[in-house]
Amino acid sequence: MNARRLTSTVWAVVLTVLYLFLLAPILIVLVESFDTSSYLRFPPEGFGLDAYRQVFANEAFREGFRVSGITAAATALLAVVTGVPAALALTRLRFRGRAAIEAAFLSPLLVPHIVLGLALLLILAPIPLTDTYVGLILAHLGVTVPYVVRTVSASLVSADPRAEEAARTLGASGLMTFWRITLPAIRPGLLSGGIIAFLLSFDETVISLFVSGQHTVPLPVAVLQYVEYRSDPSVASLSVLLVLLSVVVVVLVERGLGLRRTLRSG
Amino acid sequence: MTADPADGPARAPEDTRAARPATAPPAVKAPPRGRGPGRLALALLAPGLLALLLTYALPLVWVVRMSLNESEEGGAIRQTLSAATFGHVLGSGHYWNVIGQTVELGVLVTFFTLLVSYPVALFLARTTSRWRSLLIALAVTPLLISSVARTFGWMAILGTQGVINKTLTGAGLIDSPLHLANNFTGVVIASTEIYMPFAILAMISGFGRLDPALEHAAASLGAPRRTVFRRIVLPLTLPGVLTAALLVFVLSLSGYVTPRLIGGGRVFVLATEIYDEAITALDWPVAAVLSMLLLAVFGVVITLYLRAQRALEARFTGPREAGS
Repeated sequence: MNARRLTSTVWAVVLTVLYLFLLAPILIVLVESFDTSSYLRFPPEGFGLDAYRQVFANEAFREGFRVSGITAAATALLAVVTGVPAALALTRLRFRGRAAIEAAFLSPLLVPHIVLGLALLLILAPIPLTDTYVGLILAHLGVTVPYVVRTVSASLVSADPRAEEAARTLGASGLMTFWRITLPAIRPGLLSGGIIAFLLSFDETVISLFVSGQHTVPLPVAVLQYVEYRSDPSVASLSVLLVLLSVVVVVLVERGLGLRRTLRSG
Repeated sequence: MTADPADGPARAPEDTRAARPATAPPAVKAPPRGRGPGRLALALLAPGLLALLLTYALPLVWVVRMSLNESEEGGAIRQTLSAATFGHVLGSGHYWNVIGQTVELGVLVTFFTLLVSYPVALFLARTTSRWRSLLIALAVTPLLISSVARTFGWMAILGTQGVINKTLTGAGLIDSPLHLANNFTGVVIASTEIYMPFAILAMISGFGRLDPALEHAAASLGAPRRTVFRRIVLPLTLPGVLTAALLVFVLSLSGYVTPRLIGGGRVFVLATEIYDEAITALDWPVAAVLSMLLLAVFGVVITLYLRAQRALEARFTGPREAGS
């Protein structure tokens, strides 16, 4: 009995230490974000909101936020617009080569971003589309479409095709069926695919590093360049703000989704 | 009905809806036929395939093509079809060092990540605690925060003015700060944490065969805990561990942010080298060759993984058939 208690205590200690290791950088970022010193050190000099003010005063961060926001929104929209029809074809139609095409749609996930970044640089630089919004959006599209295809396919598979067939039998046009039956059924998958695409694009660092220059610098690249030469707590504050923002976005979308559902059923 | 789906990605939502009634049998009713994609399927697939072609397939072909070019003095690129750049890279001790460091980093990071993730994943897969979902959420929380920010956190922990050194010198345990950042050690420590959530997730989803009833059965038949672990738990969790190993190895081979920031310009791996050649040295052929080499390492790793997986499966099905 005693040996048993000992092992479970050891287990608890080991797990606590591992969790601490896993969460250490986040905890430090949280603590440092309130540090008032202008130089990253431990322990913090004092606590205040100076670093948060610095984030908003930083021109590179503000511009980066704008660039990333526009790029991510456009990328997510394009990924949904190109991914949803593909998911429809892959789940609702049968044709030769379907498995191969499905694999092709997921294959960008296998290519390391460092290689993809270089590849996009090589093809976008001569046109020249590097350091432009169009270039950034194109660069992010390939790595976000697979996620949209996957999430939308998953919700299409779980949605009952008989509802669509019934609508067709009752005389609804293909367009009507898609709009009234299929789309509502896959809305959760579509939204999560869109959100994932947005967040991935907003967060994309390595590919952006290759295709951005001086004028169109997305936030992660701006942060990376900042961290390389300066080490003050404003990067920590910025990270905390971004996490809060993504949580707010996810919660709002979930709320909106739930609200619309209740309205629909009511 | 007039919308042409081949117009391009930007018009696809209208295209989808317009394309469906345009073809006689609606999507949902299309019968399984043994021929190639019909017009409807092509119309639906076209925007996505076009996007993939432009933003992924074509650029990769460009890299392959570029690796066969040569760079001349002064940064000009000579269009040719030769293996000269491959020869230049493979004949240089510097690049072999880079490849060696990349693989060494991958192996070390994979080993340590598995070591620290396995207990957590095992606990999360087996626990019946009411805190389970909270603990799973905590384990993947780091994925919410960009790797740049987490690497920044590690700089604050490992630096000479960082948490560890300040605490140790403050406690009088060491006189001079430990060198934990701006070197290989720091990159290994930080990368291990960065890939931990991926490993935990991969392991949990791969632990499906783990059944507490088996452990109870073994224990009630008198097997000591160590034997239960060695004979039941470990073999049943190995497939998940293997998947996690592949994932972490592949991620760390191509990881760029952590080696660059924590390495402080002193750790040279393929990822940082590709970037430097492409952006700083503007030597695109060499960058392309290095990319091909990275992909080649990937290929080797994935082949090894598939072999190991097959060997595991063989071991699995053996005793199972005998037992049932």
